Amino acid sequence: MWEYTEKLKDHFFNPRNVGEVENPDGIGEVGSLACGDALKLTFKLDKKGKIAEAKFKTFGCASAIGTSSVLTEMIKGLTLDEAAKLTNKDIADYLGGLPEQKMHCSVMGREALEAAIENYQGGGKKKHELGGTVVCTCFGVTDKEIERVVIENDLTTVEEVTNYCKAGGGCGGCQGEIEKIIEKIQGDKVKEVSVPAPRRTGKLTNIQKIQLIQQTINEQIRPALRAHGGNIELIDVEGDKVIVAFRGMCAQCKLTEFTMKDVVEAKLREFVSKELFVEEDKESAQEPHNHRE
Amino acid sequence: MKTVYFDNNATTKVAEEVLEEIRPLFCELYGNPSSMHTFGGQIGRRIRQAREQVADLLGCDPSEIVFTGCGTESDNTAIKGALAAAPNRRTVITTRVEHPAVLAVCRELENHGYTVIELNVDRQGRLDMAELEEQLDDDTVLVTIMYANNETGVVFPIENIAELVTSKGAIFHTDAVQAVGKIPLNLSKSNIDLLSLSGHKLHAPKGVGVLYVRKGTRLSPFMLGGHQEAGRRAGTENVPGIVGLGKACELAAENLEAENSKVKALRDKLEKKILQKCPDCRINGDPDNRLPNTTNISFEYIEGEAILLMLDKYGICASSGSACTSGSLEPSHVLRAMGVPFTAAHGSIRFSLSRYNTEEEVDYTIEKLPPIINQLRELSPFVMK
Repeated sequence: MWEYTEKLKDHFFNPRNVGEVENPDGIGEVGSLACGDALKLTFKLDKKGKIAEAKFKTFGCASAIGTSSVLTEMIKGLTLDEAAKLTNKDIADYLGGLPEQKMHCSVMGREALEAAIENYQGGGKKKHELGGTVVCTCFGVTDKEIERVVIENDLTTVEEVTNYCKAGGGCGGCQGEIEKIIEKIQGDKVKEVSVPAPRRTGKLTNIQKIQLIQQTINEQIRPALRAHGGNIELIDVEGDKVIVAFRGMCAQCKLTEFTMKDVVEAKLREFVSKELFVEEDKESAQEPHNHRE
Repeated sequence: MKTVYFDNNATTKVAEEVLEEIRPLFCELYGNPSSMHTFGGQIGRRIRQAREQVADLLGCDPSEIVFTGCGTESDNTAIKGALAAAPNRRTVITTRVEHPAVLAVCRELENHGYTVIELNVDRQGRLDMAELEEQLDDDTVLVTIMYANNETGVVFPIENIAELVTSKGAIFHTDAVQAVGKIPLNLSKSNIDLLSLSGHKLHAPKGVGVLYVRKGTRLSPFMLGGHQEAGRRAGTENVPGIVGLGKACELAAENLEAENSKVKALRDKLEKKILQKCPDCRINGDPDNRLPNTTNISFEYIEGEAILLMLDKYGICASSGSACTSGSLEPSHVLRAMGVPFTAAHGSIRFSLSRYNTEEEVDYTIEKLPPIINQLRELSPFVMK
């Protein structure tokens, strides 16, 4: 059971400002059914340009609903410039804190507010677009969004980033990239490197090489393939040639060659040895195997 | 406020009769059954009796019962122990809807060079026997398929599966944690080689489980360091747990049919009334092959954790397959494997009953639930007025 503050419980059981403002000046919609939470924020300004009325509709857990309710209370009476300065941390602090795994609810609140302000400034036409390139494909989170939660909340681990914006919480295939973003921003603050990157110096014995290849496939490659209904099996290693078979969705996928070159070979070269190249064992791929849909 | 406990697939109340049975085993009869003196040695008799009581419920020989620390330990022992005893075959078959105690173990095996095949289920949560038959070959060492699903209550045709699997020379294990005590079993007439059960799911205390090992099944022990359980599970016996589980099995065997028809009637009423009173909801799982005590209902466009917290305010305990309740970000792997759309998976609620539930509790829940659903739907941006 989650440890929610009394304030959050109050806003969950007695949500304020539910609904949609009529003829709103700004509308912000973020999240989706697939992601598990979504928020629609609407507001209306008074003559002085301050937020006179704000309402919300939220699909999500207790903390998503409580956070949304609190947000509408917080922004009332603010000018748009003032409102734009709100961070997710301000929202969480106002609630007396949120469980770590629920911090993404406060980020969703801030994003909806931003979207609504942009919508107003764009004359109601501009659709809210998230800048940057997508890093986490499972939850559609971009590098810009990750950078922002890292800076605003002083995050130093991938797990924290997942708690704050969900990135890395699906298949886990982007965790290495998230780590690089954290390192770029936090530099020396990141003390322990959690993902093992055991590229060996010096020559590997055959046994060491095969073990390292297997380990890299297990830890670096399979999780991402599995998330998309696929799998990979190490068939054999002959010198620098690594023979693998793709299973399930990967076996039927037209992009197999792309996947193999791009992911498997790159990972093996990064973690084991630069000389390695990958070949697919076509014979065993003919047999239907895992995860057939 | 009274607690209405509809979460019996998570854990159950210890039966009063069970508690009475084990009470003296803490401060008076606390000896070690392995001791030479009478004080300890007499406890061995209690364990023998418990072994017989469990065997009676399962319809097997007492020598085929191995007591363990929990259902998860039974599953781990069954899978790893069976593989260790048959090192020449390298393929394991399971399903996408197993409990993590099986699924996580199987997926870990891939890291050790095993090929793991996860069978799909259809929208009702049913297996395709033809797919299983197609996948079975002479490299298959073990097939592990649950008896009944903990989330949806869907019951698989385990007897047919066991017959098919063993006829192909593979070992068959079933995680029957949710089935024992709810479905009549007769292992002497079945082809099941290994079966796991857990004490606290059938009104025994937590911390005790059983692995049924059919005579002649080769299995390497998981715990080493003692002669207990005929060398199949080392470690001083959890005497109160084992004796309590024996008593719980005796109680289950006595009233299995009568109690389950009562529980089923309550479940059916709860389910029917909820469907009548709440629009846009659906039952997850094959209604024709289901545990008598379980219903899994999806409420579209709202989220499960929010429903649970509102029920909690009225003292009603249930569980959910939503992402938020699991601490992960993805909804239940079982519902996803069944192809339940996201709109419904996040809003799924499981009610699981036991013989201790009453009609009053069902009526109370039927009264409290619909306004909660309405209230949350008013908050949802996906519900249009």
